[in-house]
Amino acid sequence: MDVTRRQFLAISGVVGAGIALSRLGLDLGPVKAYADALKIDKMKSAKNTTSVCSYCSVGCGLIVSTDTKEGKIINIEGDPEHPTNEGSLCAKGAALFQTTAANPHRLTKVLYRAPHSDKWEEKSWDWAVTEIAKRAKAIRDANFIEKNDKGQVVNRVEAIAHLGSSNIDNEEIWALNAMVRALGIVYLDHQARI
Amino acid sequence: MGSNAAENHPISMKWVMKAKENGATIISVDPRFTRTSAIADFYTALRSGTDIAFLGGMINFILEKNKYFKEYVENYTNASYLVGKKYGFKDGLFAGYDPKTRKYDMAAWAFEKDDKGVPKKDPTLQNPRCVFQLLKKHYSRYTPEKVSRITGTPVEDLLKVYELFSSTGVRDKAGSVLYALGWTHHTYGSQIIRTSAIIQLLLGNIGIAGGGINALRGQPNVQGSTDGALLFHLIPGYLKVPRASQQTLEEYLKVYTPTTAEAQSVNWWSNTPKYTVSLLKSFFGDKATKENGFGYSWLPKADDGQTYSWLDMCDVMYQGKIKGMFVWSQNPAGSHPNTNKTLKALSNLDWLVHANIFNNETASFWHSPGLDPKKIKTEVFLLPAACSVEREGSLTNSGRLVQWRYKAVDPPGDAIPDGEIINRIVLKLKELYQKEGGKCPEPILNLKWDYVDDKGRFDPHKMAKEINGYFLKDLTLKDPAGKDLAFKKGDLVPSFAYLQADGSTSCGNWLFCASYTNAGNMMARRGKEDPTGLGLYPNWAWCWPVNRRVLYNRASCDPSGQPWNPKRPLVKWDGSKWVGDVPDGPWPPMTDTEKGKLPFIMKPDGRAFLYGPGMVDGPFPEHYEPYENPLGKNPMSAQVTNPAIKIFKSDMDKVASADPKYPIVCSTNTITEHWCSGSMTRWQPWLLEAQPELFVEMSPQLAGEIGVKNGDRVKVASIRGEVECVAMVTPRMRPFKVDGKVLHQVALPFAFGWLMPKSDKNYSTNLLTPGVGDANTMCPEYKGFMVNVTKV
Repeated sequence: MDVTRRQFLAISGVVGAGIALSRLGLDLGPVKAYADALKIDKMKSAKNTTSVCSYCSVGCGLIVSTDTKEGKIINIEGDPEHPTNEGSLCAKGAALFQTTAANPHRLTKVLYRAPHSDKWEEKSWDWAVTEIAKRAKAIRDANFIEKNDKGQVVNRVEAIAHLGSSNIDNEEIWALNAMVRALGIVYLDHQARI
Repeated sequence: MGSNAAENHPISMKWVMKAKENGATIISVDPRFTRTSAIADFYTALRSGTDIAFLGGMINFILEKNKYFKEYVENYTNASYLVGKKYGFKDGLFAGYDPKTRKYDMAAWAFEKDDKGVPKKDPTLQNPRCVFQLLKKHYSRYTPEKVSRITGTPVEDLLKVYELFSSTGVRDKAGSVLYALGWTHHTYGSQIIRTSAIIQLLLGNIGIAGGGINALRGQPNVQGSTDGALLFHLIPGYLKVPRASQQTLEEYLKVYTPTTAEAQSVNWWSNTPKYTVSLLKSFFGDKATKENGFGYSWLPKADDGQTYSWLDMCDVMYQGKIKGMFVWSQNPAGSHPNTNKTLKALSNLDWLVHANIFNNETASFWHSPGLDPKKIKTEVFLLPAACSVEREGSLTNSGRLVQWRYKAVDPPGDAIPDGEIINRIVLKLKELYQKEGGKCPEPILNLKWDYVDDKGRFDPHKMAKEINGYFLKDLTLKDPAGKDLAFKKGDLVPSFAYLQADGSTSCGNWLFCASYTNAGNMMARRGKEDPTGLGLYPNWAWCWPVNRRVLYNRASCDPSGQPWNPKRPLVKWDGSKWVGDVPDGPWPPMTDTEKGKLPFIMKPDGRAFLYGPGMVDGPFPEHYEPYENPLGKNPMSAQVTNPAIKIFKSDMDKVASADPKYPIVCSTNTITEHWCSGSMTRWQPWLLEAQPELFVEMSPQLAGEIGVKNGDRVKVASIRGEVECVAMVTPRMRPFKVDGKVLHQVALPFAFGWLMPKSDKNYSTNLLTPGVGDANTMCPEYKGFMVNVTKV
């Protein structure tokens, strides 16, 4: 059943226009009827983008289908063209749809917990970014270590620590690294050591 | 070994199964009979934490039975090198140990060199001080009987595994090792992996198609975040972090730029100055000048010999010395050891900034069962991030394959990509330092920061190009064939071979140079061609370095450049050039005594290290017991635990070795349906339904002894904490006979907590685990600690 559906997607040009029908050697008729029966019409007009799974580091390819009218992701499945997974996904990869906006538990607002409070408050990005930068600067300026016990210039801060992350993109990692080093942070670690 | 690929890297298993169809023999060695074991041709169990003993026995077997690949060992490893007279090994300790500092003087392990600085060698491998003879002597102690006494593995099973695997030590066979956290989660994890490296070198299995030691890494971009060095001891591209004793760039480069007197060695790290200066140009742009040491002084300097890992950080935080903390997509309150200490440490912070797609036990730590929010001062900023399909950028898989992923939709609500969160904080910091001044403002004000699109948002393409690197002025350089190549200012650098040490190039990470060139974004390629037929797919995405798919691939050929196995040629010297995979250098093979080069280009002397004088806990791996262990003694020597580990002494770092109150060995593991601490997957009903709650696997024999039935609720306790869970009584677990007595082992996944599903009890398995780490890496010992199990 799974295979049939993928073949349908490939043939209908939703997945990749370059896939030749002849290679699959299939008659479109019955497959199309099957798709209609499943009422997946939305898939026919969906915009498809490729991605890579966000769990283990095997790096399986994904096809993400977005409903062009509503601008919402309607399906995520394995990319049959990808040489690593050839369309397969594990239980987690196959559930990736539930990491998208379709999951009501997603964080959609900046949340703030005040000292000694027992609840979250919603805040704006401007407020949060300003307050975070102010706090980082205050701690950095108050605790900056210009020289260590031996009198060597070290230009570092030990009162701020940083953890993470192996779940962000390489470009974000580089940017984060630049921020962390510019602040002078030395307590720096992430999942690679866990 | 050390991996349960079928459950934790399921799609990798597809190819293991394919190999099996093609005639490969699959061996699984694991304390638990897992789904990987279920498809193996041969399975046997070992007690958690005894892998060095198990593998040391295999080294002994290979050398005793002459199973090693002679030509490979003689030509490509340091087997023939003579070790200096200071080296010694006695009763579990190598020469040079200082019990006061718990550190070795590694100079005691140095090679003996001639007056030109070339290591002395004995090509006959007979000299008693040559590496080969020392290796033989060291592992002669690892007899099958002794190994069995330690591991609990029957002797006949050991011999079966040794025989099967060592049969790959011939020209036309490949043996591959897949490992994961089962090997890293020990106080000697790096040395377990080195033991495997020694075996693979002895069998000639490194650099060949289908060979190698393959880390199945656990996170989508953990390879990229290691390459990108979000780590205390590195800066991007595996360059070392500047230390306090290196006050100037010259001093830094002098320490970290290795030299060699070996004529046929490439010594690739001799390029360190080019990569370092190009990185500084990426950090600080025009503000990095030759006169100011390219801004080197603005980088923070770590103290010499000091570690700043999570375990250190947590300890210092517990002492109240850390005020603020950023945690990016990580859940230390669930995934880090000794949860009770972690929670106390977090409570000591003034503020915590956390970015993620879901709430988790770290962001909400102040609400943890047993903690009173009113008593916790920590301010928490919880920032909504975009999920993986709502942002664009690259990530690097376990095989160094760097793949580009596209954004499908905008994130929901106020959520934004992590890159944009970072962008906003950096711009605000720059604004504040510009306006108000402050301590050492230069690194913040001078940080090059033009990675935004025309709407002022973080632009992953601009960042990817900076990581690749630019020519900063017009340059004419020679290509490898000696031809002139003209580059213009603003051109993307096509290969790290063209990076410069004078500030005329920038490069955010030399290993990624060639990933995004004037020809386009190489990481986004989707070519399916496979010219070698080995599954390398050279036009699919991009692989560091320079799209090389197998590292050290020239070792797949004999010294004249002809493949050891002509049926599966990875590279081949055709008389004027290498054909096949991108070779690890253009030089002719070694038999060209003038221009030929050795294959292990990242080692100063060009040869792979059977004897590794760079590891802090010994040049040869040696069996020690876990830090918290069942016997209180080591059947191999008087040294019970790894002598070079760092020991934390807070009141919350208790251990209970050979304590009758905690008689059962315990290890932690992952399950298919949840990812790590479950902080993403427990919010997904499809997955939570499949694996709803914490369980402990135990053998029917143990269950019988403690009066527990399958499905009973039990309490698992260590000296540090306890969790309640469901008992899963299964013959997948079996008791071990160790040092003459029966030992039980249990296993728990660590994917659960209290926030989701919401509970007034904390189901974090890490309440049990000890906060102690590997001597080389500081990776915690999540496996092989001691617990007790009782019926609730």
